[in-house]
Amino acid sequence: MTVVSLQDVARVHEGVHALKGVNLDVSPGELVAVMGPSGSGKSTLLNLAGGLDRPTSGRVVIEGHDLAEVRDLAALRRRSVGYVFQDLNLIPALTAAENVMLPRELDGVRARQAREEALAVLAEVALDHIADRFPQELSGGQRQRVAIARALVGERRLLLADEPTGALDTATGDEILQLLRGRCDAGAAVLLVTHEPRYAGWADKVVFLRDGEIADSTEVPLESAR
Amino acid sequence: MSIRHGMLALLSVGPRYGYQLKQEFEASTGATWPLNIGQVYTTLSRMERDGLVEPGGADDQGRSVYTITEAGREDLERWFSTPVGQSDRPRDELVIKLAMAVAAQDTDVAHVILTQRTATMRALQELTRAKRAHTGGLAQRLVLDSTIFKAEAEQRWLDHCEAVLKEKKA
Ligand SMILES: Nc1ncnc2c1ncn2[C@@H]1O[C@H](COP(=O)(O)OP(=O)(O)OP(=O)(O)O)[C@@H](O)[C@H]1O
Ligand SMILES: [Mg+2]
Repeated sequence: MTVVSLQDVARVHEGVHALKGVNLDVSPGELVAVMGPSGSGKSTLLNLAGGLDRPTSGRVVIEGHDLAEVRDLAALRRRSVGYVFQDLNLIPALTAAENVMLPRELDGVRARQAREEALAVLAEVALDHIADRFPQELSGGQRQRVAIARALVGERRLLLADEPTGALDTATGDEILQLLRGRCDAGAAVLLVTHEPRYAGWADKVVFLRDGEIADSTEVPLESAR
Repeated sequence: MSIRHGMLALLSVGPRYGYQLKQEFEASTGATWPLNIGQVYTTLSRMERDGLVEPGGADDQGRSVYTITEAGREDLERWFSTPVGQSDRPRDELVIKLAMAVAAQDTDVAHVILTQRTATMRALQELTRAKRAHTGGLAQRLVLDSTIFKAEAEQRWLDHCEAVLKEKKA
């Protein structure tokens, strides 16, 4: 079963056709990269795939649930989807660990367990030593990794990442991709927006967006996909 | 570059015989530049003539072992301290193809770009898989990284070509 499926999806923002007739499936264990120039609809696609936004027409299905029919969209999002936003969205008044704990606490997990989970996932991104620092006390690369840890916590089956490598140097960027790839190989579905070809190279499939449409994609035969 | 500097670099570590040089050269460069053993021996004898290496004894199978000389070390030092010029690189077929596509006027240049971009991205995916599976030495890994950076540069250049063409059309 696909983890997320976009079926003939279109999105119009105040007269702007940001997406037109997009079809895209992401399966468990699959990493799909979306590339395209600024304004081509990448973030729009990601927001629709994660149920943060609703299509003007077409269907979005996450783990078998048609989003148009889901009552508690927020709960589905929290349970299934991890996001890394283009502008990180870390909460400045919370420490790194508290930022990572937050989605789990919203899930109803007790603070103590949420903290344990947060520390474990911070260790995965090699940041357990800065768990109690605030975002402004971290380097750009460290903040980026905290945002990724927050998306990874709690076994999300779908990870959506909008330029998660931001302004990182290439070695640190590679580490981020290694991390996403690892989650993918453990069964998650990952949708990655990037304008850097070297990071798109980690994907099983790369789709090229142009003016809201999929212009082309690299089809990789299944047996060599990973 | 010539193979000779590669041989000198390996010999600067210690004496080697020909086959060993071939193997170590290929292992370091990730087999991007396969050598035949004849080339290796021809190069060694020229370097011997020029005083850069000298044959020592032979190993137990009668193969002669070469050692770098002081002049050889100086030559190697000079090579490492000289940057590689931009014009010392071979012509790039893709660049010429795209230039010709633009010159030919009734060609669909955007399509040429799209086709190439998808192909280059596939190559980049392939290279990245190789990198992830890579277990060899550091030199080989850096060579692999270099091919990734080159493919990436090509991809960026294609994006640039597309943007410029679009601008000109508008
Ligand atoms: N909330 C919105 N209201 C109006 N227009 C919007 C809105 N969000 C996006 N758009 C428009 O939709 C189009 C696609 O935007 P989107 O953010 O998806 O692009 P993008 O590919 O992510 O670009 P970038 O690489 O710059 O992040 C753009 O023309 C943008 O101006
Ligand atoms: Mg965007």
